[in-house]
Amino acid sequence: MIRLSDLMGTALKSLTLNPLRSALTALGVIIGVASVIAMVTIGRGAQASIERSISSLGSNLLIVVPGAQRGAGGVFNFNNITLLTLGDADAIVSEVGGVQAVAPTQRASAQIIGEGVNWNTRIEGVTPSYLDVREWEVASGRMFETREVNQARRLLVIGQTVATNLFPNVDPIGQRVRINKGTYEVIGVLASKGQSGLGQDQDDIALAPLTTVKRRIAGRFGRPNTISQISIKAESAEILPQVESDVKDLLRTRQRSADGTDQFTVQNLASISEAAGDATRTFTVLLAAISAVSLLVGGIGIMNIMLVSVTERTREIGLRKALGARRSDILSQFALEATVLSLIGGAIGLLLGLFGAFALTQQLKLPFVFAADTAVVALVFSALVGVIFGAYPAWRAARLDPIEALRRE
Amino acid sequence: MGTETCWQTDAQYPDSALISARNLCRVYRMGDQTVQALAGVNLDIASGEHVAIVGPSGSGKSTLMNLIGGLDRPSAGELTIAGQALSRLPDAAMAQFRNRTIGFVFQSFNLLSRLNAQENVELPMVYAGVDTKARKTRAKDLLNRVGLGQRLDHRPSQLSGGQQQRVAIARALAAEPRLLLADEPTGALDTRTGQEILALFADLNAQGMTVIVVTHDLEVAQATRRIIEMRDGLVQSERRTRIAEGAEAGL
Repeated sequence: MIRLSDLMGTALKSLTLNPLRSALTALGVIIGVASVIAMVTIGRGAQASIERSISSLGSNLLIVVPGAQRGAGGVFNFNNITLLTLGDADAIVSEVGGVQAVAPTQRASAQIIGEGVNWNTRIEGVTPSYLDVREWEVASGRMFETREVNQARRLLVIGQTVATNLFPNVDPIGQRVRINKGTYEVIGVLASKGQSGLGQDQDDIALAPLTTVKRRIAGRFGRPNTISQISIKAESAEILPQVESDVKDLLRTRQRSADGTDQFTVQNLASISEAAGDATRTFTVLLAAISAVSLLVGGIGIMNIMLVSVTERTREIGLRKALGARRSDILSQFALEATVLSLIGGAIGLLLGLFGAFALTQQLKLPFVFAADTAVVALVFSALVGVIFGAYPAWRAARLDPIEALRRE
Repeated sequence: MGTETCWQTDAQYPDSALISARNLCRVYRMGDQTVQALAGVNLDIASGEHVAIVGPSGSGKSTLMNLIGGLDRPSAGELTIAGQALSRLPDAAMAQFRNRTIGFVFQSFNLLSRLNAQENVELPMVYAGVDTKARKTRAKDLLNRVGLGQRLDHRPSQLSGGQQQRVAIARALAAEPRLLLADEPTGALDTRTGQEILALFADLNAQGMTVIVVTHDLEVAQATRRIIEMRDGLVQSERRTRIAEGAEAGL
C-alpha cells in the first residue's frame, strides 16, 4: 500500500516537472475563480450599499408623491396632475393612527450667495418634524421651530457640504447669506450623512422653513398650498402596511379624482429596499453564473492537459504498474494531480478575485464585503472541478495495459 | 540480500518449485484470428536457479515472461509462483505480486528521467509502503552493492548505459523479490558492459537470488546455468550450460 504522503509527493513532483504548462493549465481555473469571487464580492458590496442608502433615508418611512405610478414607474402626466397640499399632510396627522411624525416638504434648488462664495444646492422647505422622519441630527446650532415656520422666518439649517464650501474658515452659525435677493441667517449645521449608495451627496442640502421656501424660493412653482412630497414615519415596522393603506384611503377620499384613479403614489421604503435587494441579488447570481462558465472552461483545460500528460507518460505508467502500482494508485496519482492543480489555481484565483474586487469597490466607492462563505465555496468548487475533470484522464491512465504501455516509445 | 525484513517472503514455500507451469496457454485474439502464443508449456524453476529463456521472435518467450512477471494472465493452464496461483489473483493482489515477488530488469532500463538514481531505486518500496527513512537507507545500500554509491543523486541522463542498468538492477532488488526477471538486459549495451551486467547477475545468483534472463542472444544465455529454449509456443529443449557442468565437475 502506497502511503498518502508519497502519493501527494508524486503528484506535486509531476506538476513541478513542467511548471509553465502547470501554470497555464491552472490559469483557466484562476480566471474562473477570480471572476466568480470578484463578481460576488462586488455584488454584495452593491447590495450593502443600496440597503445602507435606503435605510439612511429613515426607517418605517412612507413617502407620498403626487401623480399616479404607471407601468415602469416615474412617468407623470403633468397636465391634469393633482398636487399634494399642506391640508393633506395635516389630515394625515389628525386622521391616521400609528403615525409618529409627518413631514411635508417643498423642494427647490437655488444659489446661496455667501461672503464672496456662491454655492448651488438643493433647498428643502420643511417643518421641524423633518428631522424626526429622516432620523437626522443637528450637529451644531439648532433647528428652526414651528413658530418660526409659521412666521416664514428666513432661516437656514445647512448640510456639511454646504457648510464647508460656503464657510471654509468661520463658524457658519449666525452667518448671513443671500438667496434670490433675500437675506437668510444660518442657525444650524446638520450632522453628516455621507454619500448615498448611488453617489449622491446627502450633505449637499439646505433646510429652510416650508412657508419661506413656498413664498420666496419656489413661489413660482405650484399654488400656495401645494407641496412636493409628504414623508410619514410610522410608529413601528409592524403597523407600516396598515398606515400605508390608511393614508391611501384618506388621500383617495380627499382628492376624489375625476377618473377614479389615484393621483398620488405611496412609496414604502421597506418594500423598495427589499425589491432593490432582490434585484442586486439576482444580478449577482447572474454575473457569478456567467463567471462560472469560465471555471468550466478552466476545468476542460485541465482535462485536456491531463489527457496529454497521460499519453506522454504512458511508459511511466506501465513501469509503475510493473513495479507494483495498483490501478487505484495510478488513478489516485492522476486525480490528485488534477485536483492539486485546480485547488492551487482556485486559491490564487481567490486572492486575485478579492484583490480585484477590493480595487473595484474602492473605485466605485462601494463597501468591500468579504464573503467567507463564497471563499470556501470557491475553493471547494475548484477542487471539485479538478476531481471531475481529472477523473476521466486518471481512469484512462489506470486502465492502461502495462505490457502495451512499456512497449510504447 | 539486504538485512531489513520489512516485508514477508514466503520462506515456508518449498524451494524446489518457485515457478511451476502446467499446460500453460495464452491465446491472443486479433480481429477474427486467434494466435496461440503459448500452447501448453510445462516448466519448473527452482528457487536459486539461474535460467535463460531463449528462442526466436514469435517463439512465445516474451509471452511467458509477461505471465511469469504477473503482467498478463494465462488463457488456460496453471501458473504457480511462490505459492500463488496467478490465474486466480485479483488485480490488486496481482499488483502486490509484481511488487513483492518479481524484480523487473528491462532492455531499455526504464528509469524515470526526472528522478535521481536513489529515487528510482526507492520506487518499488514506495508502492510497498516502506517509510521514507528505511527506503533511503536501503536504496543507498543497494546502489553501493552495484557499485554506484558515489552517484546517488545523478539523473539517468547523467549516467552511462551500463550504470543505468545497474540502477535498474538495484531497483529490481529493492522490494526484496523472490526472483529477478530480466528482459534482454544487455540488448542496449556494448559487449564489455553487457558482460559486466551478466557478471552482476551471476554474483546475485551466487548469493541466492533466483535469476531468469529472457534473451535471443545465445552468448547471454551461456552465462546462465540452464537454458530453456522456446519454439512455437512450446518448450523445445532444456539443457544445462557449460558453467553448470563445470561447477558440478569441480565438485
